[in-house]
Amino acid sequence: MSATNKTTGTARSTTPIVEVREIGKSYGPVNALSGVSTTVNTGEVTCVLGDNGAGKSTFIKILAGVHTPSEGELLLDGEPVRFSSPRAALDAGIATVYQDLAVVPLMPVWRNFFLGSELTRGVGPLRRLDVKEMKRITYTELDNMGIDLRDVDQPIGTLSGGERQCVAIARAVYFGARVLILDEPTAALGVKQSGVVLKYIARSRDRGLGVVFITHNPHHAYPVGDRFLLLNRGSSLGNFEKKEITLGQLTSLMAGGAELDSLAHELEREMGRESSLVQQFEAEAERLPGVVGEAGSRVRE
Amino acid sequence: MTTTDIVTVGNRPRLERRPLRKIFARPEIGALVAALAVMLFFSVYTSNFMTLSGAGVWLESASTFGIMAVAVALLMIGGEFDLSAGVMTGFTALIVGVLTSHYGLNIWVAVLISLVAALAVGALNGFLVMRTGLPSFIVTLGTFFVLAGIDLAVTKLITGQVAIQGMTRVPFYDSVQPLFGSSIQIGGGTFYVSVLWWFAATILATWVLLRTRAGNWIFAVGGQLNSSRQVGVPVLKTKVGLFMTTAGAAWLVGMISLFRTSTVQANTGVGQEFIYIICAVVGGCLLTGGYGSAIGAALGALIYGMVFQGITFAQWDTNWLRTFLGAMLLLAVFLNHFVRTRAGGAR
Repeated sequence: MSATNKTTGTARSTTPIVEVREIGKSYGPVNALSGVSTTVNTGEVTCVLGDNGAGKSTFIKILAGVHTPSEGELLLDGEPVRFSSPRAALDAGIATVYQDLAVVPLMPVWRNFFLGSELTRGVGPLRRLDVKEMKRITYTELDNMGIDLRDVDQPIGTLSGGERQCVAIARAVYFGARVLILDEPTAALGVKQSGVVLKYIARSRDRGLGVVFITHNPHHAYPVGDRFLLLNRGSSLGNFEKKEITLGQLTSLMAGGAELDSLAHELEREMGRESSLVQQFEAEAERLPGVVGEAGSRVRE
Repeated sequence: MTTTDIVTVGNRPRLERRPLRKIFARPEIGALVAALAVMLFFSVYTSNFMTLSGAGVWLESASTFGIMAVAVALLMIGGEFDLSAGVMTGFTALIVGVLTSHYGLNIWVAVLISLVAALAVGALNGFLVMRTGLPSFIVTLGTFFVLAGIDLAVTKLITGQVAIQGMTRVPFYDSVQPLFGSSIQIGGGTFYVSVLWWFAATILATWVLLRTRAGNWIFAVGGQLNSSRQVGVPVLKTKVGLFMTTAGAAWLVGMISLFRTSTVQANTGVGQEFIYIICAVVGGCLLTGGYGSAIGAALGALIYGMVFQGITFAQWDTNWLRTFLGAMLLLAVFLNHFVRTRAGGAR
């Protein structure tokens, strides 16, 4: 059991909300992704880590219903599913918060919150926006997420990057998401702002959502993650529970670069994805201090 | 393990509430100040500007531009231009003129046909822009010239002239005329019904923009098209609807000018499309879309009407009007740019 699993043990014993088995996607002759497996549980954060071009985007696009997988299985509540469109995924409760956040900067926060799903009052030609109610809900929902916006009337463009991210998350949560896919929410943010976003990821998890957190930063992933899927060049470097891996190991796996890359493939072929693989990596990484980076070795003890 | 806890972060700095700033951040504030200044200037400088008869003149002048400016403002907030809006006013009036005076069609039917024709051209503009992904500036420049050519050529072909006159002899002319061209006398001033249409259009547009789902979508498609699509805003419907609204407004203005003067020239409306855009921009609309106000556009048209007639009252050379408009436009764009960078945020 993961040490940071804040929900009661039940979340673990039930079927995962989403499970992917040996999933893959090829565009013509190009293999963008192959043989990737992981699970997303209620009240847990599954982190998808990988460098640029590792296949993270392809992976989330499959989950979000943008692409259909060309191999493998996608299971929702234990049942195999095939999403025909992003709308289908959304209807199944899988909401994706993309990097551009799908917000309109010049519009007020509350209008952004309800954009496309506005509440109305009255009928016929008198049908009008229920402004009061929408403002109230926006304020309450953001407050529940711990965001104190005194004025939901300000243009969302005046908020900081982290806050905008949080509004997008709060919106997805309010509109019934069970699984929240966050596409590099911390990528463009500073240290402090990233911290704010991580806090809301943890909060969404505590509210019982399954979170898929895509990032290339192990230092962001490790504090909130329960499960770590590492991708490299379209294939899986491993799918670890938190107890199976330390931040140092995660970092060195991530920081492997080109040299460790090829090694990873060799090791994978020879030994499968056993934990001894990780030991090998660590030993390998130790000999390459420049690659591991300062933070990794410091934490390793 | 000694991971640093980066989850806890201090509260963000609170935004101070500055009500005065909020008022100044409104899109129509610049136009309001300018309108008051222009009004004050001509009231003092000329003797008959601020009389009932004077007001009747400049309100009438502002009204038709105001109707179009409001519609064009909605379209600009939605992120598009319509250069065919000006020529469309002549196009609709000519349809009615030709169908009634040369083919003897019932005038009510002709008025309806011209409305349908205008909406069809608007829808065509919208679909062309949305389906091809080309800038509306280019697409509507095309329809502008196509319509301008049709207006002249077809009118000349059918009537042998470049204008249609004698509309008053058409049966039932008097039954339609009050709707678009009537006026009342108030204390020596002549006030046309078009002023009421202008007010109605402004109120309706403001209500739609600020209090309906459609208004939310208009701001959204103009502000950030991709985001709108992602959250399920019906982008195509919204944009095509906007082009049709502009065309519908052009029909209204076409009818107003036809029934007020009972004549229509084949080149009516050509060149006025830019004045609509100027009025909308002076009223606070951003050229890039996503921001603006219908009331602002109406105020922009009011400024235009007041200056247009004020110059005559002051007995200046009316050619200065264009110079004034150009300067006004530049000033408004600078102001809008400033507001946007202050209120619009980082992106």
